Amino acid sequence: MKLSNIFNRRNRILLRELVITDFKLRYQGSILGYVWSLLKPLMLFTIMYIVFVQFLRFGEGIEHFAVSLLLGLVLWTFFTEATNQGMQAIVGRGDLIRKINFPKYIIVISATISALINLFFNLIVVFVFMVFDGVNFGWSVLYFPLTILVIYAFSLGLAFLLSAAYVKYRDLSHLWEVFLQGLFYATPIIYPLQMIIGFGSQLPAQIIMLSPVAVLFQNARAQIVGHENIVTADQLFSNPTFIVIPYLIILLVIIWGFVYFKKNQSKFAEMI
Amino acid sequence: MSDTDNAIVVKDLFKSFKLPHEQSAGIKSLIVNFLKHKKGYETQHVLDNISFEIKKGEFFGIVGRNGSGKSTLLKLLAGIYVPDSGLIQVNGSLTPFIELGVGFNPELTGRENVFLNGALLGFSQEEMHDMYGDIVAFAELKKFMDQKLKNYSSGMQVRLAFSIAIRAKSDILILDEVLAVGDQAFQKKCYEYFDSLKDEHKTVILVTHDMSAVRRFCDRALLIESGKIMYRGAPSEIALDYQELFSAQPAQPVKGAKKITRWGTGDLVETKTEVSVTTNEIIISTTHLAHKDLTNPIIGFTLLTDDDVNVLEANTLTTDKKLGNVHKGDKINITWKLDNLLKSGNYRMTVGSCNRSLTNFYDWNDDAARIRVVKTVETNGIVIPTVKAEVTNG
Repeated sequence: MKLSNIFNRRNRILLRELVITDFKLRYQGSILGYVWSLLKPLMLFTIMYIVFVQFLRFGEGIEHFAVSLLLGLVLWTFFTEATNQGMQAIVGRGDLIRKINFPKYIIVISATISALINLFFNLIVVFVFMVFDGVNFGWSVLYFPLTILVIYAFSLGLAFLLSAAYVKYRDLSHLWEVFLQGLFYATPIIYPLQMIIGFGSQLPAQIIMLSPVAVLFQNARAQIVGHENIVTADQLFSNPTFIVIPYLIILLVIIWGFVYFKKNQSKFAEMI
Repeated sequence: MSDTDNAIVVKDLFKSFKLPHEQSAGIKSLIVNFLKHKKGYETQHVLDNISFEIKKGEFFGIVGRNGSGKSTLLKLLAGIYVPDSGLIQVNGSLTPFIELGVGFNPELTGRENVFLNGALLGFSQEEMHDMYGDIVAFAELKKFMDQKLKNYSSGMQVRLAFSIAIRAKSDILILDEVLAVGDQAFQKKCYEYFDSLKDEHKTVILVTHDMSAVRRFCDRALLIESGKIMYRGAPSEIALDYQELFSAQPAQPVKGAKKITRWGTGDLVETKTEVSVTTNEIIISTTHLAHKDLTNPIIGFTLLTDDDVNVLEANTLTTDKKLGNVHKGDKINITWKLDNLLKSGNYRMTVGSCNRSLTNFYDWNDDAARIRVVKTVETNGIVIPTVKAEVTNG
């Protein structure tokens, strides 16, 4: 897998066609088609908003918490979609891998790109929502694309790792489902981090903010609705080591994912 | 011979698969096997020391029974599998697919599948747009292109797949079982395509069970059996070897009801039969031993095809060679010469002897010799005599 070959002409053609096919197949037979990928996070948001914000009074006194919640849900949807579809990608395309020789990573990338396209359209909805909610954009919004890029790279790294492991260990899909469920509650999505700190100790919040997902999500929100409304890692830790740890995890996962995938990919055809 | 004359060089190729004992691959079996110190899989050697080369511009046939390792070999050539050890050298671009219609999705329309399949062959959307009309016309499916593929008959799917596949612009083509499906019209198209490939001097690897195609198109061929190369050489030879694989193991007779292949009183027995075959002549030499004094016994033979069709009979009576008085312990040697009019195929020879009135058989050997005939002419008849035609008008 030479770096210069990763996106050569043939692979670009293939990637494009696989993404288009994925797209066509996913929404086939449904009347609303693509609209569903916009509706789903919005419906989820409506439920969460009614239950947690209206009834349980989460995020009371925090400005633009609704936007925060929506953004969190949209990012979470992307993360689960990219890792789940990425994990299933190699096994799901077994028919191709067994019969034609082509770079396997194209399949994983195409699966995550479908999720990325969804994220893009969902973010447009978020921005429209923001305008209605009267959010003032600060300069930090310029960092937002960079945060999205890191989230994508992290998801891609995980997708590589999971897809290669899933070929060997089919139990992984169940394990990952449960893991994601746990991670959802361990990430400040439906609750603000201020609420955790408000219980008295900083420690639970600090533990939460060692998770790459939590850190990236909080950063993304802070860049959109302003640092005064969102608790980020630098406000929690005085020791910079703890701020770096999540990023090290991200880097490690990406490298591990690529290396593990590269090492195993030649055996995919006979193992599927 | 320099390397550049070869399109493909395969040397000392080995490939084995690990077959897991339990169907459920997963963490459970991983833990169980770890605790029991079991390997959890069995190694199956699929290809066992394969070496051959294919020259540039050669039409090369690979034949063998189901499960002989053909497909694994193709997948190794195409780079889908990685060999355990050995060398595969490919000079030139190679079609990366080993089957027609790779990636065809039943839920997509014919049109969408054409573009998807084309992308797998490396064609961009623009290139596919340019070729689309030709592909559809060749497949004769214009009316069906906006229907989902799941509504196509299997023959229609193959036609569409074939029409796309022949657009692939590689130096070396792999054609696996393309003839296995499709009707006569499709087969005709295939043959025309093969002819055009031969005209263009393309390197082609043809894998098929259709021996007439092997004879007709291949320059050379090899026969794989149980992961080893059994024979290699001229296609007509390989075609016979292939057919022999099946006749060599005929349906075994029911136990106890074994077919008697040798019978007779034993007064004059055949001890040796040798046959030499050239394109023009068949020379048979039979040796017989007398266990009794006999007067004018008759010795003869018959030739039968694989399907037990009696092709010809001859004996000392018909050839007008009287054997006279034969004494106990005498050895009789007969050389039979006949024109080789037989078509290509495997033949069985029976040798027998009897008394002069053909009423008492001394010996009958039902399977005295096996003969192989290789001819360049293909025919459906059993014999190929020289036929002269004179045409007169009016």
